[in-house]
Amino acid sequence: MALLELQNVHTYYGYVHALKGISITVEEGEIVTLIGANGAGKTTTLRTISGLIRPKEGKIFFEGKLLNNVPAHKIVYMGISHAPEGRKVFPTLTVEENLNMGAYSLGNDKEAIEANRERVFRLFPRLKERRKQLAGTLSGGEQQMLAIGRALMSRPKLLMLDEPSLGLAPMLVRAIFETIREINEQGVTILLVEQNARAALKLAHRGYVLETGRIVLSGTAQELMEDERVRKAYLGER
Amino acid sequence: MEAWLSYLRNLDKRIWYVLLLLFALAFPWFIQSNYWISVAVVFGIWAILGLSLNIIVGYAGLFQLGHAAFWAVGAYTTAILNTRYGIPILVCMPISAVIAAIFAILISRPILHLRGDYLCIVTIGFGEIVRLFLFNDPFGITGGINGIRGIDRPSFFGITINTPLSYYYYVLFFLLITLVAMQRLENSRLGRAWTYVREDETAAETMGIDTVRVKMLAFAIGAAWAGVAGNIYASRYTVIAPETFSFWNSVVMFCIVVLGGTGSIPGIFVGTIGMVVLPELLRELPLLTQAFLGLLRAPLGALGGFGAVEQKLMMISKSIADNIPMWRMLIFGAAMVAMMIFRPEGLWPHWRYRLELRREEEAAPASVGTAGH
Repeated sequence: MALLELQNVHTYYGYVHALKGISITVEEGEIVTLIGANGAGKTTTLRTISGLIRPKEGKIFFEGKLLNNVPAHKIVYMGISHAPEGRKVFPTLTVEENLNMGAYSLGNDKEAIEANRERVFRLFPRLKERRKQLAGTLSGGEQQMLAIGRALMSRPKLLMLDEPSLGLAPMLVRAIFETIREINEQGVTILLVEQNARAALKLAHRGYVLETGRIVLSGTAQELMEDERVRKAYLGER
Repeated sequence: MEAWLSYLRNLDKRIWYVLLLLFALAFPWFIQSNYWISVAVVFGIWAILGLSLNIIVGYAGLFQLGHAAFWAVGAYTTAILNTRYGIPILVCMPISAVIAAIFAILISRPILHLRGDYLCIVTIGFGEIVRLFLFNDPFGITGGINGIRGIDRPSFFGITINTPLSYYYYVLFFLLITLVAMQRLENSRLGRAWTYVREDETAAETMGIDTVRVKMLAFAIGAAWAGVAGNIYASRYTVIAPETFSFWNSVVMFCIVVLGGTGSIPGIFVGTIGMVVLPELLRELPLLTQAFLGLLRAPLGALGGFGAVEQKLMMISKSIADNIPMWRMLIFGAAMVAMMIFRPEGLWPHWRYRLELRREEEAAPASVGTAGH
């Protein structure tokens, strides 16, 4: 059984038909990436999975359980964590408070929260140095680290990352992606949405290519990287 | 002098709390005036109302301009139960709180998906509906425009609270309980959830916070506290009427929170002083002017020709004092406009709120600075 399975999912924003029948499977332990241009429906797919928008048609299963009618705040408890696009850290909370917020679903289990925080600090030592600092004063890269760290605080089985490379210098992108691999090696399944197709395919095991709300191509990362169309459209080769 | 100042600055916050408490306890002996003790009682009731609205507006960030409705539900619950069924005032207090909370849950549930100003408009609506409901005397229980009279004074262990002085300590007691409760609430798990929801609802939802429930709890707890204030108010005046629970008073509560400093407990006190005590002080303006002139008379009297100026000053201050009810709204309106322009975060803001409001403009020069590299 796949960890996450989307079957023919259709999502609308009002009258706009944003997802036109998306089917995706993510197996446990994988890194799967969704690549595609602006407006292809990548972010919408993640928002649909985490319950922020409801699919009109189709089914979403997580560990065999139907997610369609589970409210967003309960989906976190099932083991899905979403680091939204544009980081969305709380600028007036300190780094530590931001992380604690990620552990909201753990309730008052202080030991578990402490353990998770230590784990995040091991992944991102920079955050530990700045634990008392307001998140709004962090650099873009540090805010991205914080957003990922916060998403990890709930001990998710599936971590969904939306454009972690957005607005970061190439060197930082490499560092962040290296950490994503490390998180995956610790046993967290990852669904990664990226415009930076090259970096994403280098990291991922498998990938899906989205175009205007449809999946036009899928396969292992290797296959996609060698695919003529992908090379032309997303990797910038002629 | 320097050493003294730094000593003051390094004093533990708790010492200030203790000093303030001692001052509050000794206040009636300083002032020795039933009138000003009564003003202090009014201050206390409004401070409790301000703190209760602060849960909804300050902590959860929901604009609410109908808070008088919850106050009214609390006051009328107490009045009806007490005058009809003879239930003692202090027993009515928790009942008022619960009824107000249930009422808040019932009306807030369908409107919580609204945001900002839209929510605000709907809350104005339900505030007015409640007032008109009371006004129209349904089933003959609210007494219509005359309201309900003959409400008992609170009494316990054979003591009856019926003098301004005893009310002063009665209200002070509940104000202290409210303060402790607010302090604890602000730093609780629920309090943190409110901060997250206020700052970013979507992010809060994806972190596992049931935003609807959390916002409803803000309404329920805020309303329960307003219900308690309603109980205190009803027993203080023994008469209640629908006009007390008007839109204007909802606005005053909102102003207390926003002028003082949204989300900030000391700010609520500053706001209550500004909205409730200051008008009373202005009423005393002729007395103050007289005292001031009395001080000047000795040195200036020798120069002669002072009498005319003195008369003029007395006349001005008297006419200001006489016309305060007329000018009040204008002054408040102007003060609100000035505040929104120059100090949108309030007079004594919560640091987090100040940051939320000032973030962009404070961040802007910083980014210009780094762009120069």
